[in-house]
Amino acid sequence: MLSELPLLSLVIWFPVLGGIAVLFVGDENPGRAKALALTVAILSFLISIPLYTLFDPATAAMQFQESMPWIPMLDVNYHLGVDGFSMPLILLTTFMTVLVVIAGWEVVQYRVAQYMAAFLIMEGLMVGVFAALDAILFYVFFEAMLIPMFLIIGIWGGPRRVYATLKFFLYTFLGSVFMLVALIYLYHQAGSFAILDFHVLPLSLTEQVLIFFAFLLGFSVKVPMWPVHTWLPDAHVEAPTGGSVILAAITLKIGGYGFLRFALPITPDASGMLDWFIITLSLIAVVYISLVALIQQDMKKLIAYSSIAHMGFVTLGFFIAFSIYRQTGSLSGAAMGIQGGMVQMVSHGFISGALFLCVGVLYDRMHSRQIKDYGGVVNTMPVFAAFMVLFCMANAGLPGTSGFVGEFMVILSSFKANFWIAFLAATTLMLGAAYTLWLIKRVVFGEIGNSHVAELQDINTREIIMLSLLAAAVLGLGVWPDPLTSVMHSTVDNLLQHIIVTKL
Amino acid sequence: MNFVPPDFMPLLPELFVLTLTCFILVVDVFLEERQRHITYGLAQLTLLGAALLTLATYAHAPTITMFGHYVRDAMGDVLKLCIYLATAAVFLYSRDYLRQRNLFKGEYYVLGLFGVLGMMVMVSAQSLLSVYLGLELLSLSLYALVAIDRDSPVASEAAMKYFVLGSIASGMLLYGISMIYGATGSIDLQVIAEAAVAAPGMENLVLVFGLVFLVVGLAFKLGAVPFHMWVPDVYQGAPTSVTLYIGSAPKLAAFALLMRILVEGLGALQADWQQMLIILVVLSVGLGNLVAIAQTNIKRMLAYSTISHVGFLLMGILAGTPEGYAAAMFYTIVYVLMAVGAFGVVIVLSRSGFEAENIDDFKGLNDRSPWLAFLMMVIMMSMAGVPFLVGFYAKWVVLQAIVNIGLVWLAILGVVFSVIGAFYYLRVVRCMYFEQPEQNEPIQMRLDTEIVISANGLLLVALGLYPTALMTWCAVALAG
Repeated sequence: MLSELPLLSLVIWFPVLGGIAVLFVGDENPGRAKALALTVAILSFLISIPLYTLFDPATAAMQFQESMPWIPMLDVNYHLGVDGFSMPLILLTTFMTVLVVIAGWEVVQYRVAQYMAAFLIMEGLMVGVFAALDAILFYVFFEAMLIPMFLIIGIWGGPRRVYATLKFFLYTFLGSVFMLVALIYLYHQAGSFAILDFHVLPLSLTEQVLIFFAFLLGFSVKVPMWPVHTWLPDAHVEAPTGGSVILAAITLKIGGYGFLRFALPITPDASGMLDWFIITLSLIAVVYISLVALIQQDMKKLIAYSSIAHMGFVTLGFFIAFSIYRQTGSLSGAAMGIQGGMVQMVSHGFISGALFLCVGVLYDRMHSRQIKDYGGVVNTMPVFAAFMVLFCMANAGLPGTSGFVGEFMVILSSFKANFWIAFLAATTLMLGAAYTLWLIKRVVFGEIGNSHVAELQDINTREIIMLSLLAAAVLGLGVWPDPLTSVMHSTVDNLLQHIIVTKL
Repeated sequence: MNFVPPDFMPLLPELFVLTLTCFILVVDVFLEERQRHITYGLAQLTLLGAALLTLATYAHAPTITMFGHYVRDAMGDVLKLCIYLATAAVFLYSRDYLRQRNLFKGEYYVLGLFGVLGMMVMVSAQSLLSVYLGLELLSLSLYALVAIDRDSPVASEAAMKYFVLGSIASGMLLYGISMIYGATGSIDLQVIAEAAVAAPGMENLVLVFGLVFLVVGLAFKLGAVPFHMWVPDVYQGAPTSVTLYIGSAPKLAAFALLMRILVEGLGALQADWQQMLIILVVLSVGLGNLVAIAQTNIKRMLAYSTISHVGFLLMGILAGTPEGYAAAMFYTIVYVLMAVGAFGVVIVLSRSGFEAENIDDFKGLNDRSPWLAFLMMVIMMSMAGVPFLVGFYAKWVVLQAIVNIGLVWLAILGVVFSVIGAFYYLRVVRCMYFEQPEQNEPIQMRLDTEIVISANGLLLVALGLYPTALMTWCAVALAG
């Protein structure tokens, strides 16, 4: 019975409609608005669970497909479906939204209903991005996402929020409009807007290179890759906690997902030819941005830079596949790179979300994000300190946490391609450990830094629930990643089979 | 030779508007100041009647009458219906504004209706004579409307500027018409179309020469760069209720004019006018968006935004394909919807003795009236072309049309400038949502205004979710 429901449509539109309902409850009834928002968020998560349980991991075909004509004049269809790449990310989205609603519970006082509604609408749109199989539908969700995030940062953000949110909006908008031109061009060639039709469309090398760069502009801003990353630290620092969590946990993943869904399969020859370029950018992100993270004074900024470095692993994993295949002819090695990138995306979603929540917990109490304002938090907040240390360790890639799995897979596969790439990538284990451990040392451990720290209250039940859910996810995925990797096996293999065949 | 009277049936809506406008002109003289709402009611009735008549005699197939000067076809009827609708909204939004400024006079409505009549003639023109008649009827009404606030020096200056520049444009147009007449021996667009196809070397040169002047004249009227100088001054100087009028319905008529003259009349010269339009497009989209950033006055900002939207509209036409024309028509209708809404919000925010003219006047609107702020955000985001709002589809279909004829570079230019354009639209959203209000007077709206302005904003969302209906309508109207 469940499989007959239009599950994907439900997961997209239920939170959107729920968000509108929350808006109508209004800011005058914050209690009721919050309760409704939490109900909607939890229900959306529950609705999305069958996507996992009913998912058939044996096939790489799109599942839970829905298709109906939307703009028949222009051959645009309302076409949804998920495979092993998008399904885990949809679950990640619905899961993180629940946490964000909990995280904003007591903290947000100004225009509560609008705050909650923005996140719920955002959730629906993000799921739409992952589920869309029509290029225009994808683009519409991709762009529409900007509006709620623009408002979230702009209304509830910090002192420089206006600058940050405009930068965020314009950067992403600029990146994606080129993609629109590329999509229109592809439609002109393929006669359809179906992404799966684009996959099998033969294209000359020049066309592929141009289209590849259009996609690169769109997605590299989202990921973000060096050198178009500069919006991210600003946006993160100014965004409210919930906004940072969603930005880091989900919207960055949309960039990575875009590479898997568009750039690699539509322009495989260009991707293979230019893989050195992406690998170089990724390595710069991994090494240079890690060094930048090391010197940050602001906790949020530090985590933001660490996000960029970790996302560098994702793009590295995706694009190292070409060189492995060229050198060894082994598909399993290449598969490990892509799979590692995917695991890294999901794991980074949990870890970065958790770290931003931790900073949020501290910020709610002290109203400062500066590292120097803290010190010895463990003495007054022991439970919180335990969580924070766990997430920081996971961020540094400690074995047994999810952070280790993805990074290890990517490093291992890069060894097959080139020792030096693997070497540079592995430096992140040192640099990552350096900046996170140093952060813990300065914030959590040591003597009590000042009188404000001495007055800190430990986390309450709400915060414990929120953080332990994430801790469970991080540890669970670290110890037993199989439930995640098994659903994407056939999809990864299918993608590899597809991209090694030239389209020229 | 016997005189056979032409078939007047297709002209029924025009005759109706003309008769009732003259009737209102007379009635208004006998009304006292406090009975002025009767004039308003009659004006709305005129528009409603015209809409019903147009629908009742809807032209599924083209009918040509008045000795080849006049045509009733589906494209014309769709545009006319949109003109009535836009004008009705204009009259409704501006009622309180006019009342508070002692401008609530019969002249506003009579001139407005004469303008509507001019637009109807333009839309249905089948010869260069009727084109010119319609255009002048509209223009003269507009010159007078801009100056309706007699004691305002800014408005008078704007009216003067508009009149002088508009007259030059009309002169250009007439000169072009005379050239075309010289080359083809006719002012009938159908005859011109046939002659233009067959025109050999020398005659062709004269035709192209005439075409240049026609395009210049049209670009003046449309406000495309480099013939845009009057637009910002007139938009800013005119009372907001008049700006609302100028910024909305006449764009539909201008689109019809382009279609009639360039496509139906001089379609054979497409290769020539395409080049000219490309220049206009590049300049309009570029300058319009760049200069709008520097504006602090919202009416001026919207004027520059109009210029850039005109650029996009021309982009659809220069594609020279049925797809492109349908895209341009869709764009025009959507643009008018957005412009009416945007100026509508500006007008609602103005009170007696206070003009909401600066972008700063929008500060903290979310605190003063969340619903109005939401509507304005929808309109601004739609103008910026953000998806799930209909403005995105308008830009997309236009871009698609020019990518399909191979002008990818122009499409890239268009999208880059629309990103730049997004900046100033976002600035309005920023003022409304991210800043504290500077004034706390409650915003008063009559119930009917509130309903219409809400419908106006929500229509942008609804069409964004399901644009098919309007797109199909445009395509069918152009094919019919």
